[in-house]
Amino acid sequence: MRLVIVAGPPSAGKTAVVRQTIRSLQDRHRIAYLKIDVVRAFEDEELAAEFGIPARSICSGDLCPDHAGVMVMRDAIAWAEEESADLLLVESAGLCLRCSPYTTQGLGVVVLSAVSGTNTPLKMAPMLALADIAVVTRIDLVSQAEKEVFREQIREVNPDLDIVETNAVQGTGMRYLLRAIEDYPPITDPEAITLRGVPPLGVCTVCIGKTEIGWQHHFGVVRRMEGADYLFRGD
Amino acid sequence: MVSSSIREVTILPGRSRSGEPERFEAITIRPGDTISIVGPTGSGKSALINDIEVFARGDTATGRTVLVNGAYPPEEFVRDPAHKPVALITQNTRCLADLSVAEFLSMHVRSRRIADDEIALRTIALANEFTGEPILPDARMTALSGGQTRSLLVADAVMIAAAPIILLDEVENAGIFKERVIEVLRDAGKAVVFVTHDPLVSLLSARRIVMRDGAVDRIIEPDGREIAALREARRLDDILRRMREEIRAGNLITESIGV
Repeated sequence: MRLVIVAGPPSAGKTAVVRQTIRSLQDRHRIAYLKIDVVRAFEDEELAAEFGIPARSICSGDLCPDHAGVMVMRDAIAWAEEESADLLLVESAGLCLRCSPYTTQGLGVVVLSAVSGTNTPLKMAPMLALADIAVVTRIDLVSQAEKEVFREQIREVNPDLDIVETNAVQGTGMRYLLRAIEDYPPITDPEAITLRGVPPLGVCTVCIGKTEIGWQHHFGVVRRMEGADYLFRGD
Repeated sequence: MVSSSIREVTILPGRSRSGEPERFEAITIRPGDTISIVGPTGSGKSALINDIEVFARGDTATGRTVLVNGAYPPEEFVRDPAHKPVALITQNTRCLADLSVAEFLSMHVRSRRIADDEIALRTIALANEFTGEPILPDARMTALSGGQTRSLLVADAVMIAAAPIILLDEVENAGIFKERVIEVLRDAGKAVVFVTHDPLVSLLSARRIVMRDGAVDRIIEPDGREIAALREARRLDDILRRMREEIRAGNLITESIGV
């Protein structure tokens, strides 16, 4: 099974990118989808209804959603495998620009909106620095010079980042992302998956730098994917 | 140079919104061509230039394919702006870059690895030929008017992006000197494709693509048969331009302004 982690700030077009990916790849792959959000999520129900794929969501409540993602990722991989999926798409909440939820053995996709401002790539540097591919959405709204200036800002953070420019609603330009997904090696050992970087300082074992995925490796605020409701509620 | 390696861009047919195959064989665009795309709102004009811009390969909503020199373009033509032979100036007349005009252009110059200190200023000078409201290097991009933004982005496409094919989406909306724009683009040997509702822009183009229901409906080559109409459109455009200036200046127009 292949793993793709899609991150990016709120309203960047993450779900539109996921939707086009599913639309284009559903004939060749069995796809499962997990949305990680904070308070409410609707994307899983929408995508399940639209494409008939196994889809779930998890709401982190008072916990950092990217930490929640780390906690449930192993469960999610097991769930997707039980569903006989060969491609698991995980979409982040996109709450915090500091987080970088990409793991080893999975393609890291960051979604940015071309109309989000020149300095946005610099502000979300950690999210760009450890990704494999940047998808720039709403490209139909900007002219050539603006595209190139935005691109230059992305390159300043991560010169090696593969950049795909797309109008995700229409699906233009998506072919290079689809190729990157299909070319990425499948998971070889779920036990060995770790975060690519260390998340920001906080109060749980993920916060303090333990990068193993799965609640089994953590202590403190530990919840399983099943029956988690909100992953954590402050007192 | 990249631009000299582009002999032609070919659009191959796709489908209309109702799924009917388009009835043209191929539309070929060569350097120096002027083409206007016309048709009612929602008829698929912008979708057509977007297909050209992304070099569609049957992977857009229209199902069209766009070839360069008769073949699928190499990937860097599509993905690397420095090699991309097409520059699109969108309908959007707001630039969101939070930079001054000089900073914005310098950043573009830097991304293109162009070693020419004066090119940003020459770009601003060219842009100022397209607009009546002078653009200053220190102005914020976000504070430019629609006409200024459009003028600057067209000038950039000529000078810095130096694309051999320029796509202009409703250039007339922004209130820029459209005949001057067309003249400069033609003199520079660019192929220009306009999406337009403007009679003058349409009549100034050598070819007219008529859109309907998301598909190319007809391709018209007037071949000199519209000279009288062009003369009339020029005269009317001139009258309207002068009236506009009078009204902007706060004057009362009590006499005929026509020629």
